[in-house]
Amino acid sequence: MPEAVAVQDPTTRPGGVSVADPHLSVKGLEGWYGESHVLHGIDFDVAKGEVVTLLGRNGAGKTTTLKAVMGILTKRKGSVSFEGQELIGLPARKIARAGIAFCPEERGIFSTLSVEENLHLPPKVREGGLGIDQIFELFPNLKERLSSQGTKLSGGEQQMLAIARILRTGAKMLLLDEPTEGLAPVIVQQIGQTIARLKREGFTIVLVEQNFRFASSVADRHYVVEQGRVVDCIPNAELDANIEKLHAYLGV
Amino acid sequence: MFELLGIPPQALFGQLLLGLINGAFYAMLSLGLAVIFGLLNIINFTHGAQYMMGAFVTWMLLNYFGIEYWYALVLAPLIVGATGIVIERLMISRLYHLDHLYGLLLTFGLALIIQGLFRNEYGISGMSYRPPELLAGGHNLGFMYLPNSRLWVIIASVVVCFGTWFVIEKTKLGAYLRAATENPTLVGAFGINVPRMITLTYGFGVALAAFAGVLAAPIYSVNPNMGESLIIVVFAVVVIGGMGSILGAIITGFGLGLVEGLTRVFYPEGSAVVIFVIMAIVLLIKPAGLFGRAA
Repeated sequence: MPEAVAVQDPTTRPGGVSVADPHLSVKGLEGWYGESHVLHGIDFDVAKGEVVTLLGRNGAGKTTTLKAVMGILTKRKGSVSFEGQELIGLPARKIARAGIAFCPEERGIFSTLSVEENLHLPPKVREGGLGIDQIFELFPNLKERLSSQGTKLSGGEQQMLAIARILRTGAKMLLLDEPTEGLAPVIVQQIGQTIARLKREGFTIVLVEQNFRFASSVADRHYVVEQGRVVDCIPNAELDANIEKLHAYLGV
Repeated sequence: MFELLGIPPQALFGQLLLGLINGAFYAMLSLGLAVIFGLLNIINFTHGAQYMMGAFVTWMLLNYFGIEYWYALVLAPLIVGATGIVIERLMISRLYHLDHLYGLLLTFGLALIIQGLFRNEYGISGMSYRPPELLAGGHNLGFMYLPNSRLWVIIASVVVCFGTWFVIEKTKLGAYLRAATENPTLVGAFGINVPRMITLTYGFGVALAAFAGVLAAPIYSVNPNMGESLIIVVFAVVVIGGMGSILGAIITGFGLGLVEGLTRVFYPEGSAVVIFVIMAIVLLIKPAGLFGRAA
């Protein structure tokens, strides 16, 4: 994270960092599951080509934040601005068409679809998505399993499929919800390499992670979420200096 | 063999043919119900009335506008399907967040209203529909006489049923439909307009019922109650096949039509109840239905 881009502005952005020209800017985002108020004002910015993580304990509101940005959580207010366009009030399908892609924690592989059908399901929303050859280069396992039923894949392969299918669409802003959860270390490593590669290719990524070691290996900055608020922002470069503080936040 | 059983082949094949024709209607109607249930999670009790509307629209097209059967095959499903789309947009779509029971009550009420309106206008005696010339006559197969009009019903329904199956199971459009049946939220988050897909699916299911109605017009009498009596059996077929299974609906539809036909030969007294007996047995042994996925 270059120093010039990040400007500390504690008065308006509690615990946050403002980015000069954010790709995605979330301000005062509140959200509800039915009557239950779960997001109390989420603030964070992501610059183009950046990888940021949302860290926090279980139930802090990290997944809900991604769902609120994506429009899957419909009862929400505040501001989510993407490439200058306000997304609050838009249905999920229009947010997807605006160029944001979401990979859910439960992966969402369709059991009645083959691997190939799963891979081709999300429609292209823009030019410039990865071609099918590039996808097979990233995830060679998928190529051999194309005709299998989607849910017959191993957990790791399902995760790769879940990421692969949103890379085709041309969306350059990816919301990844715990992509390493429950996976073997060698697969986690492969997903880490994939994220690094995507960053090099100019993708902007918001990552929700429990695996803090993994998060620190791929991200530029870490936002700490507590009880539905962003309470801190730690650049990855300053992670070592802040490790005590972070452990306190995460309760590890 | 036939002589041994004391049954003339004419009677056996005649009843098998009749069974196959009934089965064709069971298959088309239960297929439409399965398609609608899969995506909308609503048991469409208006289905019988929409089948009847298909037959009536066919009759009206000929008698009021002079439009022939072959055009009605396309026009009537389009017209009735369009009324289905209006019903889904104006009424059914407001019930998705409620219990299934409300959808059932709404569609059942709509069926009563639609049937009542037609009864009011056309009475219950029924009207005959003049079959097109191409369907007059038939073939003598030696062991039985096969009227062209019946042969046509079987061919048309097989083509439509398996065409529907193919589209749903083997095409991109079908992949969207299957995915939205599993997880509509995620499919929406990929940028697909799920509400529009639901509306069109309902319209398609209704159009299938209407298509069955067009096929029924020349061979049965066109009357406002024609759907009511048929739909009870179709619901039993759907329960036996398993809710929401496309292939299950088609195979059970034709299969049970044949079983009914055979029963009419060997034990005529049982023919009216055989499907319900099978339904009871299937429910005891496999509550999700023969092709259904356990919930």
